Amino acid sequence: MILIIKINKDPLHDLEFVKPIENISRRKAKSVHYKKLIKSDLLRATQIIIAGTSLQDDDFQNYLDKFAWIKTIEKPIFGICAGAQIIASVFGAEIKQETEIGYYHENFTKDFLGLKDKQEVYHLHNNYTTLPEGFEKYTDSKLTQAIKHKEKPIYATLFHPEVRNKEMIINFVKRN
Amino acid sequence: MKLGILLSGGKDSVYAAYLAKKAGHELACAISIVSENPHSFMFHTPSIEKTKRQAEEMGMPIILQVTKGEKEVELEDLKIAIQKAKDEFGIEGVVTGAVESVYQATRVEKITNEMKIECFNPLWQKDQTELLKDLIKEKFEVIITGVFAYPLDSRWLGRVVDKNFIEETNILQKEMGINPAGEGGEFETFVLNCPLFKKGLKIKDKKIEGESYSWKMEVELE
Repeated sequence: MILIIKINKDPLHDLEFVKPIENISRRKAKSVHYKKLIKSDLLRATQIIIAGTSLQDDDFQNYLDKFAWIKTIEKPIFGICAGAQIIASVFGAEIKQETEIGYYHENFTKDFLGLKDKQEVYHLHNNYTTLPEGFEKYTDSKLTQAIKHKEKPIYATLFHPEVRNKEMIINFVKRN
Repeated sequence: MKLGILLSGGKDSVYAAYLAKKAGHELACAISIVSENPHSFMFHTPSIEKTKRQAEEMGMPIILQVTKGEKEVELEDLKIAIQKAKDEFGIEGVVTGAVESVYQATRVEKITNEMKIECFNPLWQKDQTELLKDLIKEKFEVIITGVFAYPLDSRWLGRVVDKNFIEETNILQKEMGINPAGEGGEFETFVLNCPLFKKGLKIKDKKIEGESYSWKMEVELE
């Protein structure tokens, strides 16, 4: 079972930030808000996707302690936008401000869940993070647009693959 | 949350409003941009002044903003309209009917982000056929008011979005790449009735104009 963890404070945003990922992941997915997450959800998950949320929603930043399990769980994790910021924060990175909205080109220096070379991606963020310890960058951009843990299958993108790069989510599920 | 609905009159914006209400939000006002440019980059043009009647049916005030419809001026006008909605009706967020259009979504996101208010796109990335099926299930009465792609001609104007419409457009999608929900600009629609409306709207008269595969129907309501 693919576990999709919702970050958004307002349930209406489920339709915008969670439903598109459910539709792409195809296999049986279960979506749970991080405040309602229980141990058995994590135990049953084969892969975990942490979704993004809206530009004005930073509520999750007050609850980063609820994500301490990311560091110890031995399962594939993919964080999208706010989800990426959560993963990086748990591994000690700092959240910083920089707004990017819309299509941008990113240059991938090596294969990242199927993305290589110059690619168009969809951004929707006011924040980014520094590179956390133990992770490496997969793009040559200033911001940490696509990062992966050096030893664990933990992936994070600041952009939203569910909009322009849907195959990344399929690859994440397939390869892990 | 008090929300302003970006209302074009078409199925997507009204359905987005419906979903926002269903999720427990307050529909504080509608915001409609009337473009003088028939080829507006951002906004649907046919029947847009009829959005006044739709807003009445939904029991909310409306802000109508006229724009010349030049690419970036349109956005300034949209910004003015959203600011008005914030000042007059205290909206804390905006709802759009964007499905696939990154051009449209990006611009609204930028404006709302600058104003530090929320932006909701409840139809974002939704499967087009699923969207049409939802409309029928939720008892939306939607008609076609514009067609803008081969092989769609004037015979499509006034058609109701029903099961037959979905079947026919699905065939056209396979054969010609026509998007069944019209998100590629193939169709424009108008909502005559839905669960948010008090009584529903009825057509008194209609005026059709166009040529070959670009047709519009301006409706006069009872």
